[in-house]
Amino acid sequence: MQKILLLGDEAIAQGAIDAGLSGIYAYPGTPSTEITEYVKRSKEAKEKGITARWTANEKTAMEIALGMSYAGKRSMVCMKHVGLNVAADAFINSAITGVNGGLVVVSADDPSMHSSQNEQDSRFYGKFAQIPILEPTNQQEAYDMARYAFDLSEKLDTPVLMRITTRLAHSRAGIFRKEDKAQNKLAVPSDLMKYVLLPSNARKRYKLLLNHQDHFEQASNESGFNFYIDHPDKKLGIITTGIAYNYLLENFPSGKVPHPVLKIGQYPLPKAMVQKIYEECEELMIMEEGYPFVEEMLKGFLDKGKPIHGRLDGTLPRDGELNPNIVGKAMQLSVNLDDDISEIVKARPPKLCKGCSHNDAFTALNEALSEYSKGRVFSDIGCYTLGALKPLESINSCVDMGASITMAVGAADAGLVPAIAAIGDSTFTHSGITGLLDAVNSNSPVTILILDNSTTAMTGGQDSAALGKIEEICKGIGVQEEHIKVIKPLPKFHDENVKVIKEELEYQGVSVVIPRRECIQTLNRRMRAKHNKKVTQQS
Amino acid sequence: MKRDIILAGVGGQGILTIAASIGLAAINSGLHLKQAEVHGMSQRGGAVQSHLRISSEEVYSDLIPQGKADMIIAVEPMESLRYINMLNNEGWLITNTYPHVNIHDYPELETILEEIKGIKNHVALDAEQKAKEISTARAANIVMLGASLPFLEMEINQIEKALFTLFGRKGEEVVQNNLKALHAGKEIAEQYLVRH
Repeated sequence: MQKILLLGDEAIAQGAIDAGLSGIYAYPGTPSTEITEYVKRSKEAKEKGITARWTANEKTAMEIALGMSYAGKRSMVCMKHVGLNVAADAFINSAITGVNGGLVVVSADDPSMHSSQNEQDSRFYGKFAQIPILEPTNQQEAYDMARYAFDLSEKLDTPVLMRITTRLAHSRAGIFRKEDKAQNKLAVPSDLMKYVLLPSNARKRYKLLLNHQDHFEQASNESGFNFYIDHPDKKLGIITTGIAYNYLLENFPSGKVPHPVLKIGQYPLPKAMVQKIYEECEELMIMEEGYPFVEEMLKGFLDKGKPIHGRLDGTLPRDGELNPNIVGKAMQLSVNLDDDISEIVKARPPKLCKGCSHNDAFTALNEALSEYSKGRVFSDIGCYTLGALKPLESINSCVDMGASITMAVGAADAGLVPAIAAIGDSTFTHSGITGLLDAVNSNSPVTILILDNSTTAMTGGQDSAALGKIEEICKGIGVQEEHIKVIKPLPKFHDENVKVIKEELEYQGVSVVIPRRECIQTLNRRMRAKHNKKVTQQS
Repeated sequence: MKRDIILAGVGGQGILTIAASIGLAAINSGLHLKQAEVHGMSQRGGAVQSHLRISSEEVYSDLIPQGKADMIIAVEPMESLRYINMLNNEGWLITNTYPHVNIHDYPELETILEEIKGIKNHVALDAEQKAKEISTARAANIVMLGASLPFLEMEINQIEKALFTLFGRKGEEVVQNNLKALHAGKEIAEQYLVRH
């Protein structure tokens, strides 16, 4: 059979399609976006009638997926690690309801923060919810695990968390596909009280979840994704999780590691295997991508057992992603760690594209604010966050999705008037609407710029849930119509735009200014597609 | 057979197309392969790189160990120097000499080219100009792909097939221009090797 070349993200998507998936839901977020994009693009998925949809945010995605599972079908929900914070309420409680159709939650972590605000480790969420976690080592495992995850979910009556990290998500390799499964039939749960988490019922369901813990551990002990490779040199035993296994093998010819290795791909930790390596080896080394999750568990609070090396004792760095050289150094091999580059090589940070509408919006905002003291623009997460950097230096915060509006309200309450929020169209519908309602209800003297480029730009131009709805939403929430202003962010309208923003800054209530112009990337793509279509039609 | 390749450039210059072409050719030749890409924020005009690993044996790490790369293919001269410590002692640097200046402190081009000349094994060519001669500057990445062919140990017809697959939907003219760019790059590199 022919291998197909897939990103780790795409392998998960193909695995889910082949496992009888009925629906996939997500809010875009690096490095998870390509999972849902792949299903949306897949002809096969279309023929099978699989629903693939971008949702308003991760919480709504999680709930829609839970609803599909309730109706008996297999569903997947995908997000980046910080998206799981947004979905957490539904996620944690879904462990208590259990599932009907298989439910798989994919959370893509971003150690080293290539495109993120933190490097939180989603495995803690899996442990917090007390559900099984799968962590693939390579693209083939990503495919195989996605299929297995649905079976596991239905067998153990639990959502399953699949945790990946950036390097696997965004690295390609050849994948062998396996046979295709049919979708589940529509069927509501046999127990119609199962999803009713009234306290009296929730207590029963929670006890059931606690009783299931043994089954979850048994599944880990029996899982083919956890295995022990023996070796006579037991001075050291190595436990790896996820892709750390690859970095370890890379350091030895033909991947032959001269110590026992326990490779973990499924949690809760398989106790029998961990006990075996702990008892047989004099010291342990734990290699994991992310937080020292396994290491902390094995060390315990008092750390009185055998020596355990890893991120906590400095054998591996405490933060950032691993790589072959870092792991080689931990194994005391001679590796090249020389990070010096020629001094003529200058940093080339990302920046707003040439012709980007945000440039013009921020240039106008900067001028409108020139007569006020600095430090009053709260912003959000998107391309426009790059407005913090030179030469614009227009914004003063970027914390979490939607925080711009609410932080502006808080600052205005403290007396920082005017306070300004700058938020993108997709971020506004993700988590800004409720904050705007707070602003209206307290009649805060804030000016909110909803930077509308009509797409979710930073992640590559996915549909924006806000498209064509922003003014109506603002009006519906109670922003006064005469204080909702749409401007066109172009250099030729600069003076006009400055005037509009200035007027709204002076208004002692909630005003919304909407600089609206299509993202230059989606515009170019549209034009190119149009051109290609014309060319292929002609030839 | 093993080739560990660092691809370097600026977001938007098409290094992922180079990676996809070699990747497709490798998998169609029955080789093992891993290719790590950079997506997300850095793609917005920032420095980007991709690790491409091809081997007849299983490939473990998605990332190339520092100091172990067999070649760097760079679509931008300053970016070619950013990853020089990834290269092994016998490794080749294949770089475009046409600069992409989008930062205020971009160094003098002369200084960059001097430094490239100091690297033991290198091929430096103006892919931008060559691409423009053939069609548009957009094909500069494919000129660089062509320039890497003498070092790649892969059948050129596999690479050509990959370009057909990748550009087919853009019409016959685009495919032919890219094939021209590929061959032009290959010829320049071969001449360069004869001269140096």
